[in-house]
Amino acid sequence: MPHHHTHDNARTIELIRALRSLLPRESVLTDAEDLRPFECDGLSVYRQLPMVVVLPENIEQVQSIMRLCHAKQIPVVARGAGTGLSGGALPLADGVLLSLAKFKSILHIDADNAMATVQPGVRNLAISEAAAAYGLYYAPDPSSQIACTIGGNVAENSGGVHCLKYGLTVHNILMLKVVTMEGELLTIGSETLDSPGYDLLALMTGSEGMLGIIVEVTVKLLARPERAQVVLAAFDDVVKAGEAVGAIISAGIIPAGLEMMDKLAIRAAEDFVHAGYPRDAEAILLCELDGTNAEVSEYIMAMRRILTVSGATEVRTAVDEAERQLFWKGRKSAFPAVGRISPDYYCMDGTIPRRQLPHVLRRISEMSAEYKLPVANVFHAGDGNLHPLILFDANKEGELHRTEEFGRRILLLCVEVGGTITGEHGVGMEKIDQMCVQFRSAELSQFHAIKAAFDPSGMLNPGKAVPTLHRCAEFGAMHVHNGQLSHPELERF
Amino acid sequence: MKDISAALQQQVMDASQDAMPLDIVGGSSKSFLGNASHEMQIDVSAHRGIVEYDPRELVLTARGGTMLRDIETTLAEAGQMLAFEPPHFGEAATLGGTIACGLSGPRRPYSGSARDFVLGCKLLNGRGEILSFGGQVMKNVAGYDVSRLMAGAYGTLGILLEISLKVLPRPPASITVARECSPNDAIASMSALLRKPLPVDGACYHGDHCYIRLSGGAQAVKEARTKIPGDVLPEAEKFWHALREHQLPFFHHRSTLYRIMVKPATPPLHIEGAWMLDWGGAQRWLYSDEDTAAIRHRVELAGGHVTVFRRGDRNEEIFQTLPASLLNIHQRLKAGFDPKNIFNRGRLYANL
Repeated sequence: MPHHHTHDNARTIELIRALRSLLPRESVLTDAEDLRPFECDGLSVYRQLPMVVVLPENIEQVQSIMRLCHAKQIPVVARGAGTGLSGGALPLADGVLLSLAKFKSILHIDADNAMATVQPGVRNLAISEAAAAYGLYYAPDPSSQIACTIGGNVAENSGGVHCLKYGLTVHNILMLKVVTMEGELLTIGSETLDSPGYDLLALMTGSEGMLGIIVEVTVKLLARPERAQVVLAAFDDVVKAGEAVGAIISAGIIPAGLEMMDKLAIRAAEDFVHAGYPRDAEAILLCELDGTNAEVSEYIMAMRRILTVSGATEVRTAVDEAERQLFWKGRKSAFPAVGRISPDYYCMDGTIPRRQLPHVLRRISEMSAEYKLPVANVFHAGDGNLHPLILFDANKEGELHRTEEFGRRILLLCVEVGGTITGEHGVGMEKIDQMCVQFRSAELSQFHAIKAAFDPSGMLNPGKAVPTLHRCAEFGAMHVHNGQLSHPELERF
Repeated sequence: MKDISAALQQQVMDASQDAMPLDIVGGSSKSFLGNASHEMQIDVSAHRGIVEYDPRELVLTARGGTMLRDIETTLAEAGQMLAFEPPHFGEAATLGGTIACGLSGPRRPYSGSARDFVLGCKLLNGRGEILSFGGQVMKNVAGYDVSRLMAGAYGTLGILLEISLKVLPRPPASITVARECSPNDAIASMSALLRKPLPVDGACYHGDHCYIRLSGGAQAVKEARTKIPGDVLPEAEKFWHALREHQLPFFHHRSTLYRIMVKPATPPLHIEGAWMLDWGGAQRWLYSDEDTAAIRHRVELAGGHVTVFRRGDRNEEIFQTLPASLLNIHQRLKAGFDPKNIFNRGRLYANL
């Protein structure tokens, strides 16, 4: 059978032959049509066919693939469900794409110790479904939780709408099994609450496939709250909504979820799923409280009062579980809803100190007018994580370019006000140049030293997450000192 | 309030030039922890002050030498707290030392550890470079998580000049319920509580009694209390404080004190000595005269690890040793941050 290779040369053929000696024939994909589904992750503006895709099904196979690639100095990119939003799993034309799709087993649920050990290809939501029988669940809930896998969640340190109270992935995992570029199997962390030595678990979480291949994950499980209740508050002004968030937190309330949407996002979501959102509001807040019955009753009254005092034009508590689910459905469908009203959209992921919200929203709105591109704002308001969605049409000459430029300026703005270029989607390929803005050379060098401690040959996911100093020099060696761009007169692209 | 980072930087650069080892010292409250050391000191206690704190942001940034008690006072005035309930182990405890040692108190299993609350840091590395990682925001995935790596690194990777922490509101009400029972019974009850949606934020077994602390809204605590058998403990705050600071009569033993980490539901380990269980059974304290190697072996079989916390032979390894593959990574990381190996040489492991 003839094969199509992007790099049809002796080295490729030799590698594929060697991979076939390690794996069953159907686990090594080389035909262009078989490679196509792997050409991008959730950020589809970046596409690249890999040289070869491998689908190992056990740890020994992963180790032997890594030993082979290390010996031949072939780069390796790991991939989970491919739902990532920063191009972190973008393949390399001369590299192996290692899919963990076959690692789909929940290995053990230890209800007595409230933990679960699962393979990396297990879907986020499947863990909570399996743990439900014990009254337990896995807390981090990224919007893609139906599809995204736990291995990818660890690689990206995924968040979700409940982070403010329950933390990110890094707060909810105990132990990892990781295969290094050299093919060595490491156990990082442990089943106990801490482990001897450096906190490599923190380092590995959010490392975007740069330090090792995650082949097993032990997560912490929590008791499912007795009750969850959501309040919807409408505002005629986004600034008032932002201030209400501060007021809730000042009152000593930590909501399980605290989300904000602006008018464009509200309307798109309402037209899509009919969540019962007020279409004429400038902003809505969704505030969820969970805990025991008494706890929720106690705090819901306080929260309603604060929202009213903060100038909400309407405060509505979901009457039942069905309505609560509907309120959340509107929020969780915000991205696809925006997808319905615009041929394309570009999702940003900056995080800012919450007090900067009015300033940042005003600047985004000014830039929106400047670039003639509408923006819908969806915001994890509780933890300051903004998701401006820039609406554009890739088929219109120059719109993608303008969108990318606009997006980069939003990220610069986030850094300027003391925030970060990415709260939960990762750097990947997409924000690699913005890393030069967030960090100085000495910090980037420190990151490279960390990378080298795990992967001295630099063959794991090269070119992602942390830029080379050379790349930053080319980008313009911009960085921020005390909130001031070093060359404010320069055009930032 | 004083920023002495320039002076510290100069001292590190000088030491680095001569590859002269330095022991980082703050309030000296935790000098008993880790392997013994007798090197030159670099005193960071004058580098102090809260740099930024806005209660609405739930973030506090302070210099490494800031006294822990000053931070706690400031937070308490705004109705907030450090939710990992750090032990001080001495009047002069500093924020830098607390994070470097990665110590957490009784709330740890329920709220998170010291490292969980670290959001960012300003670090002085072994090259004398001042670097910033993380930030003052709740979510930040730009670059590797260097800030959390610093928690529990015992200063071996650099000097913590500034630390940003997530802080939380102080719960308005708290009740502790105590009940006499066997260790097996206590372990089973504390484990069962992990599957119940109750506002538990402390659970220990001490002196034949199981203590459960409930904290949150007044109504919530009152209602939850009805679901926990036992009597309400008077002056509970004093009890948890004494536990956190190792001031309970239990801690007056004079044998070697071991910190034993196991899965919380692990049945009692039959090692001769005096035991108490904190963290719902996940952190156990043992005073024993048994052989350290034998204790380590027994705990390893149960899937746990051991620290020789107080006394014992401080010239032997204090922490559980690492497998060679992980030790290699530790050594390469150490070399990446501190190439001349000047900071807290040998404090964590003899060959680190």
